[in-house]
Amino acid sequence: MFKSKYFEVIRTAAVILIALAIAFVIIALVSEDPVKTISIFLLEPLNSKGHIGNVIEMAIPLMFTGLAVSLLFRANMFNLGAEGVFYFSGVVASAIAIHWSLGGFLHPIVAILIGSIVGAILSAIPGILKAKWNANELVTSLMFNNILFGVGLYLLNYQLRDAKAFANVSFKFEKTALLDKIIPGTRIHTGLIIVLILIVLAHYFLYKTKWGYELRMTGANRKFAQYSGMKTAKVIILVHLIAGFIAGMGGSVEVLGMYSRFQWTALPGYGLDGALVAMLAKNNPLSVIASALFLAYIRIGADLMARLSDVPAEMISIIQAVIILLISAEQFLKFWKNRMLLKEARES
Amino acid sequence: METPLLEMRGITKVYPNGVVANRDVSFSLREGEIHALAGENGAGKSTLMKMIFGMEEPSEGDIYIYGEKVRLLSPQDAIDRGIGMVHQHFMLVPSFTVAENMVLGMEPRKGFGIHYAEAIQMTEETARKYNLAVNPRAKVEDLTVGMKQKVEILKALIRGAKILILDEPTAVLTPQETEELFRELKQLKEHGHTIVFISHKLKEVKAICDRITILRGGHSEGVFEVADVTEQEISRLMVGRDVVLKYDKSKLELQKPVLTVENLNVNDPQGKPLLSDINFSVRGGQIVGIAGVEGNGQRELVEALTGGLAGLTSSGAVEVNGTQIRESNILNIRNLGVSYIPEDRMSQGSAGEASISDNMISTHYRSKTINNGVFLRGSRIASLAVKLIEDFKIRCSGPKQQIGMLSGGNMQKVVVARECSTEPQLLIAEQPTRGVDVGAAQLIHQKLLELRENKGAIVLLSADLNEVLEISDCLLVMYEGQIVAYIEDPSSMSEEELGLYMLGSKRQDAADIRRAMNHV
Repeated sequence: MFKSKYFEVIRTAAVILIALAIAFVIIALVSEDPVKTISIFLLEPLNSKGHIGNVIEMAIPLMFTGLAVSLLFRANMFNLGAEGVFYFSGVVASAIAIHWSLGGFLHPIVAILIGSIVGAILSAIPGILKAKWNANELVTSLMFNNILFGVGLYLLNYQLRDAKAFANVSFKFEKTALLDKIIPGTRIHTGLIIVLILIVLAHYFLYKTKWGYELRMTGANRKFAQYSGMKTAKVIILVHLIAGFIAGMGGSVEVLGMYSRFQWTALPGYGLDGALVAMLAKNNPLSVIASALFLAYIRIGADLMARLSDVPAEMISIIQAVIILLISAEQFLKFWKNRMLLKEARES
Repeated sequence: METPLLEMRGITKVYPNGVVANRDVSFSLREGEIHALAGENGAGKSTLMKMIFGMEEPSEGDIYIYGEKVRLLSPQDAIDRGIGMVHQHFMLVPSFTVAENMVLGMEPRKGFGIHYAEAIQMTEETARKYNLAVNPRAKVEDLTVGMKQKVEILKALIRGAKILILDEPTAVLTPQETEELFRELKQLKEHGHTIVFISHKLKEVKAICDRITILRGGHSEGVFEVADVTEQEISRLMVGRDVVLKYDKSKLELQKPVLTVENLNVNDPQGKPLLSDINFSVRGGQIVGIAGVEGNGQRELVEALTGGLAGLTSSGAVEVNGTQIRESNILNIRNLGVSYIPEDRMSQGSAGEASISDNMISTHYRSKTINNGVFLRGSRIASLAVKLIEDFKIRCSGPKQQIGMLSGGNMQKVVVARECSTEPQLLIAEQPTRGVDVGAAQLIHQKLLELRENKGAIVLLSADLNEVLEISDCLLVMYEGQIVAYIEDPSSMSEEELGLYMLGSKRQDAADIRRAMNHV
């Protein structure tokens, strides 16, 4: 029988199933041929090498931001600033990819590292405000997203814009700056390897090092951490630096891996999606891989569905909304947990 | 047989963290009785009463009032049915007057405003009716604890309570205030009110109660007429064995002073004195107890010893082995060999969602025995945790279990185990056994005495008079931020005499108090 300690896992699975079921009901109502539409949605993303490639390509930025947000949430910092950092670091890496010329493999490394460092510094600002003056990190990070977007767009318009192009896009990146494709027939790039290494490092950092321990204790109970003699203000600033570094690296990797010009004229949304990934992964670095792949899978499924059937891709927002709502709703399935607890209590 | 006024049948309550507070408990009240609900801390008394007052819902079982099945979903439901509760921690707005607190949520209106005159009149009427004298215009923050409790009782009565639940009402009172409370409760009984008196003090139960329900480990041990059972019988039912609060304490030779507090003064930002002229020392191999009614400067004294005085102005010396720590921070203080068992194990002493072993290393994970500079030494932490779990008889499924799943007593054992495992030179123990069962309390006491044998210095602050009188080598009594008595041989002192000092109606002269400095 199910034990109450598996409750969270079961609950997450139940949430996903309910969200999918709701999606099917809506498809059945909207679509002329619901069975075909649903099979496109579920099966088409796995149907060809190219489609599987699409899923993985989309999962890469989600893993970066999901990992960054997981670490922040682990420290009990409800910071959604990965969005703005991801965008702005993309601008910074683009500028280096356009204006610098460096030999071979050095060019992308330098561009990505500088993008990441800029991300870390920008992300530290809400962290310092929180640690020193207890300014709510949710408010400051959301405001920061707007500021970074505004400044980034200004740089695109006035510094990087290619006047000869017919859209609001930057000059072309130097060929040397682009990331290599690693699987022929897809656009999967070396960013995948980078993010997987980063996730494993984050796992060891969080669970095996003394700094990770400080981070977890500060997140679990800041008063307790303080009482134990930890410098929680430092921990908070540190986690913001690390998360900003990871999100910034994500933005840099994404522009150099997937594009030949910088062309985001709106926030790409990966930062906020990262929060969804982190929630699904229960803020566990290793679980970020699976939850980012899942989110990418249903997105690509929805895209293909929009192209090949009569249901628009926006339907996916409903699934996401249901997932967020149910996962964050503490009362959901609580009656069931109470029953399990009662039963275990009787048996003991 | 007459219908009971209130009846609970087959109540089981499991909290979301898996703690089973009540198992198949039945409870009933006759109209017009004083019914004691006795049991050790953690036996499930408060949970049972919270269910009557609508603050918790039973996981299983039903509640009947006058034979009618009811569901109480909120305290308002309970109040509507004539149930009132006086909580252990008062639910009053300190900056409001007595009358304002009384009518909170049911204010008499005058146009858009509140009819203050009527509020005062209502308060006075109720107070007169039940013969409970209060000043309706006084601010609650200026009242004594005993007066605050009176306001709480009146607050329940003005809302039409026929059943009054008092959750450990005497825990915060001095012996003299307790007697007054008992007089008031007897009067209420004569007025036809039914009272549930939660307590684990047997003398009090014998003094005023008609019947008693005894809980142990969440089970009901039965209902008895108080006149028919002796204190020994009740105590055996409560703990399953006769309680012995006697420890073998060898006479130890005192070492040099570890903690010295000299001319310590602390004021709040408005300049109001919180601690004045505190002088004492604690030597190796010595336990110095500090007694006092809550809120008489003990909190601030602990803050002065643990680097928590930020925001307050202070002067004087607080030295650990000669190092001034008054304005230091907790990390530096801990590095001097100081350990601290905090009063609140939930919000300060532990991280509920973290594992037992994570909680056990939080104060010394920086040491090279626990980490190698970067990585934590997993196997050493595991064996340390296993050893401490064995030493302290912590009941758990293993070191990886979440500490939040443990019962209060076991959680406290983890905190004490952590603080004692670093071989501290000075241990500050603040309410080390509050809310834990007798078994855990005994074990904690033994560990404190062990530390004393090993020449550790201990400051013990406790509201449990039995504990401070029995464990301490000498005792300081605090009243209004001052030390008012230094008692050399606490175990020969009566609780009544201690009560006089705690209440401020008696104090020693300066020369006697001054002896706390050198213990001669």
